[in-house]
Amino acid sequence: MVRLIDEFRDPELLRPLLQRISSYDDRNYSLMEVCGTHTVSISRFGIRSAVPENIKLLSGPGCPVCVTSQQDVDKAIELAKNSNIILATFGDMMKVPGTKSSLAKEKAKGANVVVCYSTREALDIAEEHPEKEVVFYGVGFETTAPTVAFSILEAKKRKIKNYSVFSTHKLVPPALRALLDSGEVRIDGFILPGHVSVIIGLKAYEFLSEEYGVPGVVSGFEPLDILITIEMLLKQIRSKKAKIENQYKRTVTYDGNIYAQKALEEVFKIDDAEWRGIGLIPKSGLAINEEFEDFDASKKFDVKVPYSIEPPNCSCGEVLRGVKSPFECKLFGKGCTPEHPVGPCMVSSEGACAAYYRFERYTRVVD
Amino acid sequence: MSEDIILLAHGSGGTLMHRLIENNIVPLIKEGGNFEFDDAAELLVPNQRIALTTDSYVVKPPFFNGGNIGKLAVSGTVNDLAMKGAVPIALSLALIIEEGLKLSELEAILKSIAETAKEAGIRIVTGDTKVVEKGSADKIFINTSGVGYIPDGRNVSGSNARPGDVVILSGTIGDHGIAIMSEREGLGLTIPVESDATPLNHLVERIFESIPADAIHVLRDPTRGGLATTLNEIAQQSNVVIRIEEERVPVKDEVKGACEILGYDPLYLANEGKLVLIVKEEFADEALKVMKSTEKGKDAAIIGNVEEVESKPAVFVKTVLGTSRFLTMLSGEQFPRIC
Ligand code: SF4
Repeated sequence: MVRLIDEFRDPELLRPLLQRISSYDDRNYSLMEVCGTHTVSISRFGIRSAVPENIKLLSGPGCPVCVTSQQDVDKAIELAKNSNIILATFGDMMKVPGTKSSLAKEKAKGANVVVCYSTREALDIAEEHPEKEVVFYGVGFETTAPTVAFSILEAKKRKIKNYSVFSTHKLVPPALRALLDSGEVRIDGFILPGHVSVIIGLKAYEFLSEEYGVPGVVSGFEPLDILITIEMLLKQIRSKKAKIENQYKRTVTYDGNIYAQKALEEVFKIDDAEWRGIGLIPKSGLAINEEFEDFDASKKFDVKVPYSIEPPNCSCGEVLRGVKSPFECKLFGKGCTPEHPVGPCMVSSEGACAAYYRFERYTRVVD
Repeated sequence: MSEDIILLAHGSGGTLMHRLIENNIVPLIKEGGNFEFDDAAELLVPNQRIALTTDSYVVKPPFFNGGNIGKLAVSGTVNDLAMKGAVPIALSLALIIEEGLKLSELEAILKSIAETAKEAGIRIVTGDTKVVEKGSADKIFINTSGVGYIPDGRNVSGSNARPGDVVILSGTIGDHGIAIMSEREGLGLTIPVESDATPLNHLVERIFESIPADAIHVLRDPTRGGLATTLNEIAQQSNVVIRIEEERVPVKDEVKGACEILGYDPLYLANEGKLVLIVKEEFADEALKVMKSTEKGKDAAIIGNVEEVESKPAVFVKTVLGTSRFLTMLSGEQFPRIC
């Protein structure tokens, strides 16, 4: 598998593809990617500036850290303030600004917040500290949710009673539906997430073409993958035939990972969820079901936040809906940089603002 | 049988501590050195410019594939001297040990300190040991300071890069970063990646032997923050533009694979046994040849060049698509992707 990477970056293969893509010059095409890793690849390899200007690559709600609602961010911060709790989370959540504080700030003040690289680590901490409550702040889409589900199953098996999960997990397909329903931005086709699709499979997106007539292609992450995906979408759009195709055949199947899906079903139930920028989307979140209540931090601890306010002047909401490009935010690169982020889209390495800032701040700098 | 561990009392300054130092620490590290028990070491230093450096090591975890914190501490300090063009002379070694550390682990660390020092040809001449309460340190912290002399005619500095110079990298990047990451995360990579921690002073000497000293403008080891950060530091210090080509930067396949899984960028990953050489153009080929003839520089490659500054110092990278973009410094820490 590893050897493949070089082939996917071979300039000899890339050039003709770019040429073919340039022949789609008859109209504007707007394609949306809905995965943080795609955002980064497109920015990092300069794909946005390599394709002609009439092909617009928009970033959607693909960054899990970014779509977490302000209220959930505040709740996690509240949990961290409880001296009986060790809050375990992925690194990117640390600096996300809540209404008044952030996890990083609380940690500096003495709160017990640990950055975990895996849920296994959090479980181990729980076992080592029976006197404390370990709460895993679960953020992510279908990609990370299974590992969190497994951690709950494992905790149950190992009889670890001081472990629980604050689940803010979200599902990608309902968000795509919400975007199309709103009709706020024109989306001619979706570059569909590779990692999420490993779990949920191609079948989860069929409603896009069947109900909305919008094509989608599940894509890998290398420059070649993304360019092939773009060409596949352009072809579909031009021929006015919408279907869901798979460019990432080396990892994604039609049915997805049934084993992971089973674990999700066992531990979670589908619930409405609040998304930053989009609002409440029906049936778009994963809450822990009754059977595993003992591992549900939102039941175990009574966290209340009086009010939550998103950072003023931050356009993350519009950025996440693809309405604005990060460049169009007044604060981008001025009041808001990765060192001093105002909104989550600048904090998370998968956030559109951070990726555009790091890689595209000075776009189209060609030799 | 319970294993021997370090107790708080080992740091009390009493007999336990003496025994630890005399029986466990000194015998292991004095190989090849003449360690004295006075409060300070006496050094004979050539009548030349002296380079002095210090660094503290707090790597988590202290043991990783390809080495441990001890090897890292010696290599790191030796390399800091070498990057100044200095020939290392002596090293001090201060250990801050968390109570509860297994004696066997301490010994393994000391052994690799001794081996690495021997390889680099540097003597450890003085040291200090402290034991702190559980929770006050993470197993072991190490501080090493190093002294070296700079032979006449050498003048290397991050501020010496000149337009027209060529940028050479001594080998693959990201090995150390991925080795540490995979240890932390228990990635279980199919092909485990070894840390590249190693002293580079001999490689540096080989370069100085083969080309005129004044052709060697900059030497830097791209440690924390990776190649991207190091090149940015040089560009700023020297007030130049540096352009590199992504395709030319050597990265091991297994590191690329791990980066793809984790969403890391090898350009920002730490290295502990690589150097960036910025050299006058006419000596670039010779320098490359010499580097490639050594074990530690066998994967060396020319990755780019130095240009006149336009509006402000910057680093550009040409992507495989032929587009160019700014290569910025690392801000904060890289975290595994969750998407
Ligand atoms: S640039 Fe900063 S303030 Fe603007 S949308 Fe992005 S994160 Fe929010």
